[in-house]
Amino acid sequence: MANLIKFKIDGVECMAEAGTYIVEAARQNGIFIPTLCNMAGLIPKGACRVCTVRINGRFMTSCTTPVTDGMEIESNSPEILDLRKSIVELLFVSGNHFCPACEKSGNCELQALGYLFQMMVPRFPYEFPKKEVDASSPKIIKDQNRCILCKRCIKSIKDEQGRSFFAFRNRGNHLEVVLDKEMGMKMTDELAEKAMRNCPVGSILVKEKGFAMPIGSRKFDKKPIGSEVQV
Amino acid sequence: MSKPVIATTSLAGCFGCHMSILDIDERILQLIELVEFNKSPVDDIKTFTKPVDIGIIEGGCCNSENVEVLRSFRKNCKILISLGECAIMGGLPALRNGIPIQECLHEAYLNGPTVQLNTEKILPNDDELPMLLDKVYPCHEIVKIDYFLPGCPPRADLIWDALVALITGDPMKLPYETIKFD
Repeated sequence: MANLIKFKIDGVECMAEAGTYIVEAARQNGIFIPTLCNMAGLIPKGACRVCTVRINGRFMTSCTTPVTDGMEIESNSPEILDLRKSIVELLFVSGNHFCPACEKSGNCELQALGYLFQMMVPRFPYEFPKKEVDASSPKIIKDQNRCILCKRCIKSIKDEQGRSFFAFRNRGNHLEVVLDKEMGMKMTDELAEKAMRNCPVGSILVKEKGFAMPIGSRKFDKKPIGSEVQV
Repeated sequence: MSKPVIATTSLAGCFGCHMSILDIDERILQLIELVEFNKSPVDDIKTFTKPVDIGIIEGGCCNSENVEVLRSFRKNCKILISLGECAIMGGLPALRNGIPIQECLHEAYLNGPTVQLNTEKILPNDDELPMLLDKVYPCHEIVKIDYFLPGCPPRADLIWDALVALITGDPMKLPYETIKFD
């Protein structure tokens, strides 16, 4: 703790090491800022925008912005909470998120954010896009209906030579995360488990392993996401 | 003051949400004290016989009959509630939404692995049958819906709390455990 600096989140005095990203600095001070694409151990990307805060009147992603001395961060104001909620709603309508039929339900971070923001119905019309399910790998299923393009799997699931099993394909509205066919054939059980665990939604599933936990004992059944952080 | 009147219906749903209404257990006796039921599968009244205060809709709209019933609910009810995932977002019936309707019909009646007896290759075409819609629509994309209670099914406590809040006018408590999408 060489270089401690002071900053404020919603008027609350906080301290952290200079250069720490806001999400992590807030966590160290017992304040939860919701995230989706961000993951401990990976370089943050600021893809999903769920962690948006306001600094100096400007909206910033708190997973990619380091704290500076005297910084004043607005995080839990009604306007920003509604902004985050609208992002979650957009994710729900732009994919095919059928929670009742999803193996990840109860352990899904997107769903948990829906619960956190009390999303009763998205304000946007449902798109119902046509998406494919790739079950060619002997170990996993890659379901594009549920993918939110967070890039966590691309960055974290690699072989010994550092080659990614997953990659982006196409551009813009057609962008999707796909599993490399050849690499998918050689995926180990451990990596398959890790890929499922790292996926914030139910887009990567280990084959023959759905619905392992009963309703009531799943991760977000009783406790909201972030409740381990918030003091 | 006369009792508030409730009507319920199941459109493209599985009646699971109605089961969840029954899941309020012995509170159903209180409910009967508090409200009067009109058109509903609960009392088997088929048509509206008076103006209704609260209409509860289970299921989305997958055919012309669903749309007609939903519109009659909007016309006859002061407040409409979308109950459950199917009413809110189409639910499992909406899994067909990415697939052209003709492809669905062919799979179900002509080419599916379980089709055996349809030797004349007939797709259901009786005039009495409601027309299938191009896709399954959430109720609020057809008529104005006032409140949404998510869940598959919505927890009985959520339904009870919502009805009590609407009848008494008190604000609704929304405990974390009652708002679920599955």
